[in-house]
Order: sequence, then structure tokens, then C-alpha cells
Amino acid sequence: MSERRRRPSRPPWSGPLGLYSPHATWLHALSPGDKLGAVAAASIALTFVHDPRLAVGALTVSLLVLASARVPARATVRALAPIMIAAVGIGLYQWWSQGWEMAVVTSGTLATLVVLATVVTATTRTDRMLDALVRLAGPLRRIGLDPEVLALAVALMLRTIPALIELVGEVRDAARARGLDRDPRALLVPFALRTVARAQATGDALTARGILD
Amino acid sequence: MTNSTVRTTPTPPLDGADPAPTTSSSPVLVKGAVQQPETGEPHAARRELTASSPGRDIALVSTFAALVAVCALLPAITVGNGLVPITLQTFAVLLTGAVLGWRRAGLAILLYLAVGTAGVPIFSNGRSGPGVFAGPSTGYLVAFPLAAMLAGVLVSRIRASVTRVRRTGLTFLGCFAASLVTIHPLGILGLMWRADLSFTEAVVTDAVFLPGDIVKCLAVAVVATAVVRAFPALSAPKR
Repeated sequence: MSERRRRPSRPPWSGPLGLYSPHATWLHALSPGDKLGAVAAASIALTFVHDPRLAVGALTVSLLVLASARVPARATVRALAPIMIAAVGIGLYQWWSQGWEMAVVTSGTLATLVVLATVVTATTRTDRMLDALVRLAGPLRRIGLDPEVLALAVALMLRTIPALIELVGEVRDAARARGLDRDPRALLVPFALRTVARAQATGDALTARGILD
Repeated sequence: MTNSTVRTTPTPPLDGADPAPTTSSSPVLVKGAVQQPETGEPHAARRELTASSPGRDIALVSTFAALVAVCALLPAITVGNGLVPITLQTFAVLLTGAVLGWRRAGLAILLYLAVGTAGVPIFSNGRSGPGVFAGPSTGYLVAFPLAAMLAGVLVSRIRASVTRVRRTGLTFLGCFAASLVTIHPLGILGLMWRADLSFTEAVVTDAVFLPGDIVKCLAVAVVATAVVRAFPALSAPKR
């Protein structure tokens, strides 16, 4: 271990903030369910109708919708860039192998759906979306899944993510202290064991409080 | 299971909403698992656990859903001399199956997908929302719950009495089989559907992931075996 980089201490994870940007546009006013339904409808239509004109039209409309959502430009570009590059790459490949119509349909459809989904993410508060998720899970009561249990699971999971990220840092420091920070076993095994131990502590806490009785 | 020799130790006091990692027991667990004492039980660390209580199940499902999210968010780690960069997401999915059994594992992965689809940025590269199911990797995402469940079914068939080495080998085979039967075919279908690749092209694209897959399944086998040894009742058949 001759060369040892000194890293600045890790910044705490900023939490699941996502792309949501608060504004008062018509898109923000729509209910999450309606927005998801619209994306699903567009996805089905574009999947089954292969027409370059439709793909280009849909992409134009989706970009107009994106513009009307008043999303922050920089964050949106950063979120969209990887998939857009992939869409262009796929389009070039299709152009070469199957002609330009197929290329336009494939990358146009892909880009449209990703833009629409980004609009949903950017205009819907995550908690409202999760509420919608729990409401959607209502019918699952029939097969024995209580929506409130789902809500509890979602809350527990969101709370656990930053805690596990912290745990990764601790485990890495511990492995480094033993000079084993290149050994995946010294990282993964303690991480998994402490994760399970944490889950059981949480489970015991839930049981002790009679939360699921 | 080897439960008969296990002593129950009192549960440490918990601080409810924010249970800290149980610092009293973790170091023992970690040490025991990494250095692997060949004989005798790792003493105080083992707690007798009922295989299934609603509280534990919910906690395990949520925690492993969070584990998958964390592994998708972490930058890829490199193994050896930096030749094989691997992201840990499939590792987490198969580990969930191997550790939790098919039922809880399936629920954990579905919870992960549902929360990610609802907009929390927990898919790889910090993506989120329903858009990922429109992208070329949709097949892989859809396959995750199936892979975890199949791995759970296969790994839970391993008898509790087998040696550690055998268990590791069998777990590897189970996870690799689960990945071959679910993740790769569905991934190929997804590539054909969303990227309009031909069958051969999709297979070639998918084959790039195979070597990494073998490494990940090996890691799952080692880690899952350590977890089963440290928490024997975790994967005990429920009845």
C-alpha cells in the first residue's frame, strides 16, 4: 500500500430527490394515475403501430409537453443524455442494418417514451406517486397484501437506503484498515451480514411494538 | 438445520424507527464469517430466529429491496487488477433469492421495481420512473423478480447438512442456472423488442454479460453461504 489516496469524507447522500421540480403547470395538476395511464397508452400505441411519421410526431409532441412542464434544463439534460445517446446509437445501427424507416421508428419511439416518463417524474411529487402506488395496490387486498403493509414496506425501504450506503462506507473503511480493500470477500461478506442483522433488528422493533398485529 | 445447538441470546435493545446496526453483535459476525472457524459454532452472535414472523418478513423484504437499490446506485467495483468491472445489481438480486427464499425474495424485488417505477431514482445510473421499462434493458428488469424467486427455490433445496464448500458450489450452480433461465432469455427478448435487434444480434449483445455473471454468481455463493451460516434459521423452510 505505497500510494494511499486521501479521500475527503464522503458527502452524506442527498436522499431520493429525483428530478421533481415544483411548478404550477397543467401537468403538475394532473393526478399521477392519469399521467401514468397516458404514458402506458402512448407506449402501447407506439409499440404496435410502426410508422416513421407517427414516431416523429410523437417525439415532437413529447418534447412540447416536456417544454410546457417547465423542468430545469440542466438536470433534465443530465437525466436524458445517456438514454438519448443510446437511442441515437440504436438508430444508427438500425439505419445500417434495416434502413432509415426502422431507424426512425425505433429511436423515435424509445426517445418519446423516455421523454414522457421523464415528464411524469419531473411533475409528480414522489410522495404523491407513492400514495398512488399504495392506492393502486388496493385490489391486492384480495390476495392477502394489505396496502398499509405495502406503505410501511416502502417507508422502511426508503429509510434503509441511506443507512445501507453509510454501511458500505463503514465496511470499506474496516476492510481498508485490515489492508483488504481489494478483496471483494472482505467487503461483500461483512456488508451482507450487517445488512441482515440490521433487517432483523428492524423486524424485532416492529414486532416489539406490535405494529403488524 | 443445526438449530438444536444454538443458544438464544436476548435481543439487544432497539431504537425503533431508526434501528442502528447492532454494534454489539456485528463485529463478532463479521470476524466469524471472514475467518471462518472450521469447528464449533460462532458463539454469542447466533440468535435463534423464527423463520417467519410478519415483522421480520417485512423488515427483510424492505431491507433487501433497499440493498438492491444501493447496489444499483453504487459505482461499479473492479475485481482483481481492474479487468472486470462489475455492477452489483444482479449480485444483489440473486443474493436476495439465495438468502430470503422465493416468496420474500420475489416481494423484495417487486417492491424495488415498484418504488423505482414510482419515481425514486434507484435504478442503475440513478434513473427512475416508468421510462426504464420503455428502454432496451426492460427485459433484464422484468427478469429480476423471476431470477430471485428461481434462485430462492433452487438454493432452498440444498440440504442443511452439506459442508460449506459443497453449499457454496451448489449455491453457485443454483444462482447461475436461475440467471441463465430468466435474466438472459428475457434480456434478449427485451433487446429484440425495444432495440429491434435480430435474435442473433441480441444474443451477441447479451453474451457480453456472461463472464461478469459468473463472477457475480460466485460472489453470491460465497456471501449467501456466509449469511446462512451466521443466520441459520433465516433460510429454514417455513412451516
